[in-house]
Amino acid sequence: MGSQLRVYRRRIRSVNATKKITKAMELIAASRIVKAQQRVADSTPYAEAITRAVSAVASFSNVDHPLTGSVPATEQGGVDDGPPRAALLLLTADRGLAGAYSSNAIKEGERLSGLLREQQKEVVSFVVGRKGVGFYRFRNREMAGEWTGFSESPTYNDAKEVADAVIEAFLTPNSEGGVDEIHIVYTQFVSMVSQKTVTRRLLPLEFEETDEEPEGGAFPLYEFEPSAEAVLDALLPRYIESRVYNALLQSAASELAARRRAMKSATDNATELIKDYTRKANAARQAEITQEISEIVGGAEALADATAGSE
Amino acid sequence: MADDDLLTVELVAADRTVWTGKAAMVVARTADGEVGILPHHAPLLGALANGVVQIRQEGGETVVAAVHGGFLSVADNRVGILAELAELADEIDVSRAQQALEKARPDALEDEDATYAVRRAEARIRAHELAG
Repeated sequence: MGSQLRVYRRRIRSVNATKKITKAMELIAASRIVKAQQRVADSTPYAEAITRAVSAVASFSNVDHPLTGSVPATEQGGVDDGPPRAALLLLTADRGLAGAYSSNAIKEGERLSGLLREQQKEVVSFVVGRKGVGFYRFRNREMAGEWTGFSESPTYNDAKEVADAVIEAFLTPNSEGGVDEIHIVYTQFVSMVSQKTVTRRLLPLEFEETDEEPEGGAFPLYEFEPSAEAVLDALLPRYIESRVYNALLQSAASELAARRRAMKSATDNATELIKDYTRKANAARQAEITQEISEIVGGAEALADATAGSE
Repeated sequence: MADDDLLTVELVAADRTVWTGKAAMVVARTADGEVGILPHHAPLLGALANGVVQIRQEGGETVVAAVHGGFLSVADNRVGILAELAELADEIDVSRAQQALEKARPDALEDEDATYAVRRAEARIRAHELAG
């Protein structure tokens, strides 16, 4: 009986130690989300301004640019010598302990690549985050590009590196191993409690003809310096970079939110477990005492019987 | 000067808003050369060269910033300067820029990255000189 009590007490101590760790991780994640959200907000003015600028150029000039509209492989490289290729840019976390965050993104990526293969497209993968890279490595799958080490706090330079690699792949003709379209899978930060895995086509860009007035009024008749083509040439890569940057920031905020939630439920479970073990330990202690008392009483009675018998 | 005779300037970097406010004139360097923007300028959209942007405020004070990989958009007296990287002159660490310049200069002719680094460092130093 005494050994039982000791086992319970040891379990309580061990769960308590784990609880302290998960609680600390929860608090760290919670304080970092605020910063991550701030960074998403800080990057918004630039993203909005550049989107507006792209729309303005697009609505006033003939947008025949390599980055817009899918150019058939035959026109790009001369010979069409293979199935069309689609690139998949997958954003995952560097560290685990964030619930299903990375596996949700990976699952969505798998779904998308299945869909692309059904359309007879060859899938080329670009992966960000150690978890995603690990998933691909373990299955001996090839990656066209991999980046790790910045999933929690990406900088614009990180985004630029990733964006430049996919843009380069896009501009390479199909016959030389280039890709014809680029899809991005990332996790959108909807709120503290809700994050959504989303898939977007990054390239080729699509321009929609609409009669709606753009936000902030119709575009004035711009003069272009030095020319509309040159401006578009410089603008479009920046636009893609800003999209990738935004996706990275959203993913970072989502990762932290997922980690906070996972750690919070771990802490709650630990509390529950401790309560449970404390009850059991108390019961074991009580049982021990009860047994001791009955042993004493039994002993005393036996002694009394023995004395009474001898008289 | 009436308020609507001033430019509303927004200097935005990819990861933050660097400066916003009213100005009487904005001088920037596009790929073709320097442009000065005064109030009631015709709508303009231009690609900026790596260099310095000067924002002259109404009282004569000038805000100087180094921008890299940027754009200029002008419409309705609103000037938007977008840049991958933008730094106000007083945020610039000149000695670091000097060091970067010394380091990158020897390779500048062959290496594209080094050329870029030289331009960036030069823009920083110039911004500091103009402000100082």
